Formats: sequence, C-alpha cells, structure tokens
Amino acid sequence: MTAVFRQAGLALYRRRWLLSRRSVQLFILLAFINQLPAIGQIAQGNLASSLWFDTLPLSDPFIVLQSLLAGSSPAVTAMIGAALVAGFYMLFGGRIYCSWVCPINMLTDAAHWLRHKLNIKGNMTLSRELRKAVLLLALLLSLLTGSLAWEIINPITLLQRELIWGSAAGTTLLLSLFLFDLLVSRRGWCGHLCPVGAFYGVLGKFGRLRVTATQADSCKGAGCSACVKVCPEPHVLAPVVSGKQQRVTASDCTRCGACLDQCATGALSMQLDLGEARKFKGIPVVSRRDKP
Amino acid sequence: MKSPQPNSVEPPEPQRRQLFRQLFRYAGVALVGSAIGHALIRSRPLRSAEILRPPGALVEARFDATCVRCGLCVEDCPFDILQLASWADPAPTGTPFFVAREEPCRMCVDIPCARACPTGALSPLLTDIRKADMGVAVLVDHENCLNYKGMTCSICVRVCPIREEAITLKPIRSERGLLQIPTVMPDSCTGCGTCEKHCVLSEAAIRVLPRHLGLGVSGTNAVGRKAL
Ligand code: SF4
Ligand code: SF4
Ligand code: SF4
Ligand code: SF4
Ligand code: SF4
Repeated sequence: MTAVFRQAGLALYRRRWLLSRRSVQLFILLAFINQLPAIGQIAQGNLASSLWFDTLPLSDPFIVLQSLLAGSSPAVTAMIGAALVAGFYMLFGGRIYCSWVCPINMLTDAAHWLRHKLNIKGNMTLSRELRKAVLLLALLLSLLTGSLAWEIINPITLLQRELIWGSAAGTTLLLSLFLFDLLVSRRGWCGHLCPVGAFYGVLGKFGRLRVTATQADSCKGAGCSACVKVCPEPHVLAPVVSGKQQRVTASDCTRCGACLDQCATGALSMQLDLGEARKFKGIPVVSRRDKP
Repeated sequence: MKSPQPNSVEPPEPQRRQLFRQLFRYAGVALVGSAIGHALIRSRPLRSAEILRPPGALVEARFDATCVRCGLCVEDCPFDILQLASWADPAPTGTPFFVAREEPCRMCVDIPCARACPTGALSPLLTDIRKADMGVAVLVDHENCLNYKGMTCSICVRVCPIREEAITLKPIRSERGLLQIPTVMPDSCTGCGTCEKHCVLSEAAIRVLPRHLGLGVSGTNAVGRKAL
C-alpha cells in the first residue's frame, strides 16, 4: 500500500511544475468565465484588457502597442494596466506568459503530447526567428492599416471569446492550429510562429527568474540531457548542459519547469538571479584608452 | 585571436556580413509580408450597416484603432445587448456591437458600457445618454410602413424612449387622405434602435443606420450637377 502511495507521490513530484502551471492557466481561464457557481466572477474582460476583483486593471502590452501604432491615444486605465503587466514580465521573464497564462499553450502542448504518443515523425523545419518577423509584421501592419493587425487572427483572445461568450466561429482556426502542430511542424506555433510569444520574449529579455544549474557537477556526472529533450525551446539549455553557463539566459525560455520536472539529479533549480542587478553600477563606459 | 588589435574599430568581416544578411532577410520578409498582409486585412469585411456600436463609440476609424477588443463593455451591459464580433461577423474581429432588430440599446442613464471601457474607445466624455450617437433612425420603407398605408400603427413612435423629442407623428396630406407619418428628428435621435426592434412588419420599415448612411448632407453635389 505504502509503495503505491510513494509511487503516486513520486509521479506527482515529477510533474510538480507541470501541475502548478496547469493550475495557474486553468485558474486564469476560469476566472474570466461568467457565472462560476458559488465563486462568482473573479476577472472581467479578457486577456486583452481585464479588471480583477473589480479593482485591478490589467492590459496586454502587445495589444496596447498595436493600438498605439494604429494611431490611438488610449485612456489611462489601459496604459496603467499595460505598464503593470509589462513591468511584471520585464522583472521576471517575458515568456512566463506562455507557460503560465496563455490558454493556447494548453492546446499546443496537447498537440505535442499527441504527436509524441502517435509517434509522428514528419516535421517541417522552421526558423525560430520567424516569429520575430511575424511580430515585426504585426506591428508594421498596425501602423499601415490603422487597425490592430494581429487581433484579427490572434488565437489567444479568439479562444477566450469562444469560451467566455460561447461563440464558435473561430473553431476552425483553432483546429487548424492544433493540426498544424500535430501533423506539420513540431512545436510549430509556439516555438516558431507566434508573435505574442516573441513579443514577451523581447520584453522580458532580462527577466531575473532563471533556470540555474545549482549543482553543475551532478549534471555533468549524469550527462543525460534529459532536460533538453523535454524543453520546448531546447537551444536555451544547451549552454547550461555543456557547462558553459550556469544559468539559462536566453529570452526564449518559458519558465515552464519541464526541465526541473525531468532532471533526476536535482542539478537544476529555478532561481531569482539578482546577482547581475546588484553588480550593476551604471552604464559601463568603454573608452579606447582603457584597452592595452 | 588571443590579443585583439588595438585599433580594430570594425568587427570582423564575416560577422558583419552575417548581420547584414539577416537584416536584409528581415526587410524582405517585412516587405512581402506587409504587402500580402495589407491586402488580406483590406479584404476583411468592413463594418456593415446593421452593426451598431455601443454609446460613446469614437468615429469608426478611431474606434477600430483604440478598442482593444476586451469585452468589458459587453460584460457590463445589464441588458446583454452587446457582443464581440467573431470571425464570421461583418466587423473587425473582436470589436463590440449590437444589432438593433435583435436587442436595442436601453439607453441606461449611467451608461455602464462606456464607464467600463479601459481605453476610451467608448468615450468617457459621454455623460448624458441622450447625447449618444449610435446611428440615426430612418424610415426607409415608405411602401410597407403601415402609417403610410393610412393606418395608425405608430408603434415606433410609442416605444421610443425619448418620443416627441426624437420621433413624432407629423400629418401629411396625400391621395390616401391624411397620413400620420413617423418623423425622426436626427439631432435628437440617439440611434438606440428601439423603434427598429418593435416595428410590427416582419422586416422593419424603420432602421437605424450609421449617420453617414442615414443622412444626406446639404451643399452642392461634388460631381457638379450643372455640367450634366
Ligand atoms: S508562443 Fe504564443 S500561443 Fe504559444 S504560449 Fe506563447 S503567447 Fe501563447
Ligand atoms: S529551459 Fe526549462 S523552463 Fe526554460 S523553456 Fe526549457 S524546459 Fe522550460
Ligand atoms: S446604454 Fe445600457 S443598454 Fe445601451 S449598450 Fe450601454 S449598457 Fe447596454
Ligand atoms: S470596453 Fe472599450 S476597449 Fe473593451 S471591447 Fe468595449 S469598446 Fe473595446
Ligand atoms: S432610434 Fe428610434 S427609438 Fe431610438 S431614439 Fe431614435 S427614434 Fe427613438
């Protein structure tokens, strides 16, 4: 009996990051949905702009940026909301949004999981830089057309609209996104195309929450690269596993914790890295004379 | 490799070339993409005439740029008349609207929809719902309107929340006798759509249209009537 419990406990423990972030994602998704029995509504609006507990306004800085480029002058509430959200991600790391907030992540993770289960091998290789081009394009088009270009197809708010207000017209778009990830390209959407992820990546490039190899020796001893195999953005872990860096510093890391769940040696941990911030003493002035 | 040259101002050539190549690639993608994207966005349907914006909405082009499609207005409307445009609706995706024939605006005095808007797409300056401009009611069909046929239906006049101010009956003498014609005063009509909703015909004879479609503008015909 105890063995069963221990096994279950271990299974949960090996999914602790996954389960935590799924809970947060679901909480955020449900918080918006009207008429939750007994609880009532926690947040109003959707991820574009929302009001939490009837007091806290939050707005998506990417959508507000599109709106600004389209030529608007948004009211203060939206600007404060966007600043709060942007500040959070700048401080901790932009793509936390992807793993802990974005509802599409559950869809694409499901596609990836099924892809693995069905052992689908076919894969169209795309450049991970492509999403930055899409981002640039979305901003450029907002400027050119005076409309919020990405919001025409943004699957994130589309999914929310369908769930919150029960429309169904965008289902085909969501389905094709799922099938694209399942059949065409491995982690195609979130890893290569989505400009929202790219935006948050750029925004939170210097975010301080970082996967850190606290016991680099035990990692080297194991030499398994198990973390790299489960990471949705495997390139970010490469310098850590090869011992070149102690921390994952690439902005693509989504802080999903899959690597931490997977690592059997306990070499990795998620840490708030304030070291560099503490060392920061103004902008370094490099003068030609200082060089030998 | 070990000792960098003291005077080397430029980065090594291959790295720079790589940078340029990447820049060019971005520029190319941006150029082609914006041409295609622009065409695609332009081919999306514009706001159709049945679609009315909530009270206080900025003029359509500014509204399109300012509204972030959050739906806070939708949730705060106590009568649930608003919805966000889905992909299939003839309006920019995600923007709020109502269809008068389905659910007209009840002209709440405290205008909760506009108060909820975080971006000002529904203007915070609108404090008197009677100054709202969601459109203008126009008696479009003089053939089927029952009052034009000599009956006294007058439902549209009776349901108007600001009747006598926005819409009244005006007697007109015609070959059918004395007709009581529902007549809209465009300056007072808010475009709430109550009249359209309650028109007894199976398709309404009175309809709320965006102001630029519903009203003419006095002045000379730009084409120049004289030349013809
Ligand atoms: S990449 Fe885009 S769709 Fe994927 S989780 Fe991030 S924001 Fe969501
Ligand atoms: S490095 Fe770890 S936390 Fe970052 S994306 Fe990869 S698996 Fe997730
Ligand atoms: S004025 Fe009242 S009924 Fe009309 S859209 Fe606003 S909240 Fe709804
Ligand atoms: S509350 Fe304002 S920004 Fe949000 S959907 Fe309504 S009009 Fe648009
Ligand atoms: S739309 Fe019709 S009901 Fe509403 S104010 Fe105008 S005339 Fe009256």
